[in-house]
Amino acid sequence: MTASLPVLVRGSDSDVSNKMAAPIALHLEFGGGAELLFDGVKEHHVILPDQSEPWDMKQLLVWIRANLLKERPELFVQGDTVRPGILVLINDADWELMGELRYELQDQDNVVFISTLHGG
Amino acid sequence: MCQVDEEYNGQLEHVATPSVSKKCVKCKESTAVLIIRAVDAFCRCCFKEYFIHKFRAMLGKNRIIFPGEKVLLAVSGGPASSSMLSQVKEGLSRDAPKKLRFVPGIIHIDEGGASGQSMEDRRRAVAQVESVLRSSNYPYHIVYLEQALNLPSSVLEVGSSATEKLQTGPSYKAAVDQFIQTNQNLHPDLFLENAWSHLSSLSMQEVQNGLSNPITPENTQALQRLFASVRTLTAKEDLLQTLRQHLILHTARTEGYTKVMMGDSCSRLAIKLLSNISLGRGASLAMDTGFSDSRYGDVVIVRPMRDYSSKEIAYYNRMFDVPSVFIPGLDTKAQDKASIQRLTESFVNKLQTDFPATVSTIYRTSEKLHTACPPQNTNSPTFDKCLMCACSLDTNAEEFSAFKATLISEQLSQRRGPGPGLSLGTAGAPGPPPASFTGQGQCRSSDEGQRMPATLDLKSLLCYSCRLTIKDMTAVDILPQYILAEAERKKRRITQMKIVILGSLK
Repeated sequence: MTASLPVLVRGSDSDVSNKMAAPIALHLEFGGGAELLFDGVKEHHVILPDQSEPWDMKQLLVWIRANLLKERPELFVQGDTVRPGILVLINDADWELMGELRYELQDQDNVVFISTLHGG
Repeated sequence: MCQVDEEYNGQLEHVATPSVSKKCVKCKESTAVLIIRAVDAFCRCCFKEYFIHKFRAMLGKNRIIFPGEKVLLAVSGGPASSSMLSQVKEGLSRDAPKKLRFVPGIIHIDEGGASGQSMEDRRRAVAQVESVLRSSNYPYHIVYLEQALNLPSSVLEVGSSATEKLQTGPSYKAAVDQFIQTNQNLHPDLFLENAWSHLSSLSMQEVQNGLSNPITPENTQALQRLFASVRTLTAKEDLLQTLRQHLILHTARTEGYTKVMMGDSCSRLAIKLLSNISLGRGASLAMDTGFSDSRYGDVVIVRPMRDYSSKEIAYYNRMFDVPSVFIPGLDTKAQDKASIQRLTESFVNKLQTDFPATVSTIYRTSEKLHTACPPQNTNSPTFDKCLMCACSLDTNAEEFSAFKATLISEQLSQRRGPGPGLSLGTAGAPGPPPASFTGQGQCRSSDEGQRMPATLDLKSLLCYSCRLTIKDMTAVDILPQYILAEAERKKRRITQMKIVILGSLK
């Protein structure tokens, strides 16, 4: 039952020492103009370092702001979450369906940030 | 497996919201991948059907586009217009069950000159857009914003309305039946293919010429001078919008297109509605945000994407590989308070995250708007329309209106005399309207030379918000020649008319 809820999936061992998540490899993509804030680079392969708690989206945003964002952080992040108007897809699904900021990242996840702020 | 752990219990309670592994509300089988309108979760296939269906329904409900009609698609390369292009391709394709029946062409405007991009970047962006356009197999026209400076002044004329023809001509249903009958013998695809190949061969030549880059550095500098003379970003964006409209209109008229499709999405139109009110364009809201915009008479602008939110469009483009090109514009990376349009955009977007019904409420309100004044008679169309945006002049206000109050307070707050052609110099007398006519003053000034009259009296020919835009410019004679020439012509006609009236009164 709980296995179907992504927020709770973690390694199958109940050993406490394995809660130290292995470094997570992620594929990040930026589109719709958001790439301008990242030196124009649309695709990034990143590896999130070890840490005691599982990585979630909220921490990922903090990490992106600290490590990838090149300029104008207020155009990407506002407070805890992304700026209104930026669509986030996790493995090609709307992040609202995955729990938004509470979603826990897994290895090889694909996270896409698309800015819908520029017109058509 | 399950851990009876403090932490996990906390998280369990937290994730009680039923947002995970939700089923699609339509087919109730597959897992949902997208949430629209805050409650409806769709799976991938149902979403695609929903998206495609909405486009056809929009066109079918408003029966404006007749079979065989030439329609110009305005594609900026951004997500909404690229999505519109893919929907048109989808609707006109062979496998589509009920085909849309018009003949499309595409226009793309390179606005890099106004936003200060380098020639290198512009060339690259245009090449990217061109490869997208080429893959559609429709004839396309690539136009540069610099060409707006050389438009003929006839572009500002309001053509005769096509509705008159429509009233005498066949109704929509009859036209569709007729179309089907005449092409019964031909394989239906063959007819369209012939039309397309004919069009393609015609305009490929044009495209060749276009590729040899008709713009020179001088043109670009002139354009940059024009935009540099505008002080605020708000007015710059307004001016850009006007020039863009004129360019599209001119292309449509010269190439024989009777309809233009713009890719304004629901979100964008909601923002446009609110910012237009702030800009003083309240009188033309219905035309600016409605499905069809017939202010130019012979060319009608339609907005088939007005039912799609930006989220739906972005998601569709991503999932179904619709190519789009990001081109930075005037307000890229601008601060929130840089212009009225930007401020409205950030306001609406922020509100939308907390109250997901915001955009749809604004949209539904805009659907209920209709223009108050009756349709203009064809006798004197030109005098009642704004010179630049072609909507009805809203400045013949009564004595005690809010507009009069703004004029009076403006006069009172001016200490010195007229500035470079922008002030109320000739119109300075408070009280008796209309401020524009000074009888002898006009005749005298038209003797003095070509340029002076145009600068002094442009205001009387403009609607309230175009006046505000012009006011933000440092000098009016930097405006493109076609606008000044048309202003001159209109004023002469007004003077002549009034002389005739005066003469007949004596």
